[in-house]
Amino acid sequence: MKGSEAIIESLKAAGVEVVFGLPGGMVIPLYDALYDSDLKHFLVRHEQGAAHMADGYARATGRTGVCIATSGPGATNLVTGIANAYMDSTPMVAITGQARSDLIGTDAFQEADITGITEPIVKHSYLIKNPNDISRIFKEAFYIASTGRPGPVLIDIPADMQLAEIDYRPAGKIDLPGYKPTLKGHKKQIISAAKAIAAAEKPVFYAGGGMIIAGAEKELLAIAKLMKIPVTTTLMGLGCFPEDNDLSLGMLGMHGTGYANYAVTHSDLLIGVGARFDDRVTGKLETFARHAKKIHIDMDPAEISKNIAIDIPIVGDAKDVLAGILAELKAMKREPKKTAPWLDQVIAWKKKHPLHYKDEKGSIMPQFVIEEVNRITKSNAILCTDVGQHQMWSALFYTHTKPRHWISSGGLGTMGFGFPAAIGAKVGCPDKTVIDIAGDGSFQMNIQELATAVCYDIPVVVCILNNGFLGMVRQWQELFWSKRYSETAISCQPDFAAVAEAYGALGMTITKKKDVGDAIRTAIKSKRPAVLDFRVKPEENVFPMVPAGKSIDEMIGGHKT
Amino acid sequence: MKHILSVLVENKPGVLARVAGLFSRRGFNIDSLAVGITENPDVSRMTITVDAEEHPIEQVTKQLHKLINVIKITDLDAEKTVARELALLKVKSDAKTRAEVMQLAKIFRAQILDVSRKTITIEITGTFEKIDALEQLLQPHGVVEIVRTGRIAIERGEK
Ligand SMILES: Cc1ncc(C[n+]2csc(CCOP(=O)(O)OP(=O)(O)O)c2C)c(N)n1
Ligand SMILES: [Mg+2]
Repeated sequence: MKGSEAIIESLKAAGVEVVFGLPGGMVIPLYDALYDSDLKHFLVRHEQGAAHMADGYARATGRTGVCIATSGPGATNLVTGIANAYMDSTPMVAITGQARSDLIGTDAFQEADITGITEPIVKHSYLIKNPNDISRIFKEAFYIASTGRPGPVLIDIPADMQLAEIDYRPAGKIDLPGYKPTLKGHKKQIISAAKAIAAAEKPVFYAGGGMIIAGAEKELLAIAKLMKIPVTTTLMGLGCFPEDNDLSLGMLGMHGTGYANYAVTHSDLLIGVGARFDDRVTGKLETFARHAKKIHIDMDPAEISKNIAIDIPIVGDAKDVLAGILAELKAMKREPKKTAPWLDQVIAWKKKHPLHYKDEKGSIMPQFVIEEVNRITKSNAILCTDVGQHQMWSALFYTHTKPRHWISSGGLGTMGFGFPAAIGAKVGCPDKTVIDIAGDGSFQMNIQELATAVCYDIPVVVCILNNGFLGMVRQWQELFWSKRYSETAISCQPDFAAVAEAYGALGMTITKKKDVGDAIRTAIKSKRPAVLDFRVKPEENVFPMVPAGKSIDEMIGGHKT
Repeated sequence: MKHILSVLVENKPGVLARVAGLFSRRGFNIDSLAVGITENPDVSRMTITVDAEEHPIEQVTKQLHKLINVIKITDLDAEKTVARELALLKVKSDAKTRAEVMQLAKIFRAQILDVSRKTITIEITGTFEKIDALEQLLQPHGVVEIVRTGRIAIERGEK
């Protein structure tokens, strides 16, 4: 068997069904083997698209996403996608071709040290130097990518390794002496946490992306209901707690809801689960949840007390740990009414500081488009986003109720992520309605993947909130830089609907509020890839907002006037 | 504060780059780094000396633990550790000063490795401080070149 065939065998052994990629000189042997295999390959138009598709696929399905690129420029085109997966802990295996092993280090044609380039943004990487290692390395790579705190693993494969004749043997048992993720939470810590929760008068859950990875939503809901604890989620955690539940506070942080930020600030117990106290969440660290005792449950020990001192750390899988806490709480005697005044306070904040926006006659408000998507899909779609204002409106004005239905670039904030991620999500979940909320700026960063969507007939609906600006940056300029709009006006736009039509997708331009709903319905019904260009109010801002470096209860805007 | 981290790693390609890269990314300067194989040829030991506060050293060791090829990290307790370094010093010395330099070397239990008309090369093993002290004393003669291995360290006792 050839090395390239061993790669295909190894992918199949890992349960891989689909891969996203684009060939080139140093992966021709691999693509030749792929030609005869029943793996489904999606040919992209730019390797960044392949990485984001693999990422979106992984987030929607929970399975490991796979992308392939050739050496040199193909590999470097993956870099943003790998970094994005790393920051958001997505399980991904990226396969790159490499110059022949005897040429490595000679600046050979299309040689790039991709293991070196990606070293800080991968969970692990391999450069294959012996073709007999292929099956072992692939098995390890998928194991590492998908277990513990997930992340991208890169496998760099010189062309001669793909060509080599080998005696293929399926990989044996995994032996990684330095890799032993802690899954089970420490019993004593679990008991301490349960006691702290039972004793708290103003508890709040702060739940992040780790909740989604762990699939711990049932346990969270059970504890929240049992103990009457309100829950706020991070951008990455949206969907891990149903926002139609009274205990939901929506998102917290820089663009969080007023009530979430007030609740966290005034809480006496903050229970962080699968979240990492990121600066976009905490604002000024010294004042974040300053009255609260802090519990932190996380898979990654390095996240604990990284930014904020934690009173009760618990390393482990969120599902296991929360189940443990739930069992302890159930076994305990409790005073049920203890948090009642706190919940009253939370409800009062919700009433006083609801999310809202001012409708403007003659304009399509961007928030309204999100509300319409929410209404028409019955909060049931997989919602993907790019990065910017439209992303924050999608986070705030859509009702997130289910895990793995919200796919957005959190840690890296990658413009251009949403559309290819939506394609990947649709490939993984063909029965779901998949909507990409895009910015007019962001969409153009991977607009070429329209070809991929059309070619394979992947019906995602792109809703561009076209404000003619790199809106989020413009907002900062408006608020903090005296309205000096340096290089943020992008009114020189293509006709997006015409571009979509030219690619063979459905394209529509929507300029009137009354047409918004129909356009969305028509696009979903068409079962074709579709691009809806909503001409929204250009200078609308995302509120509330916590200015950089401020405490999260020092929000501006967003108060109902 | 100086820390000596004793890091057991799988003897795999790229390990050194990963470990060194992690320190620089997290803003640490490595004072010294010594690498060698252990009693198990598949496992190497890195002895890394860094200057750091308590909190960031904890963060960097946690991050180090996340490297797949890192098996074990010990932040060695200075009190319970024997640390040694080896240095080679080439010192200017001619017939007039040779005796004095050799006398100094003797006091420090250093070895004379090579003598030329104008230089003496000395090998010294000892603590970081001892090597510094000898170097200071030899400075007036003119130190042409120093080569130091960086610290290696082992815990006292049976463990
Ligand atoms: C690749 C990349 N480049 C630059 C940025 C900085 N940035 C953040 S939001 C933003 C504006 C995005 O504009 P658009 O996609 O139109 O979204 P809007 O904010 O207008 O909704 C920019 C430029 C980024 N996040 N990613
Ligand atoms: Mg815009």
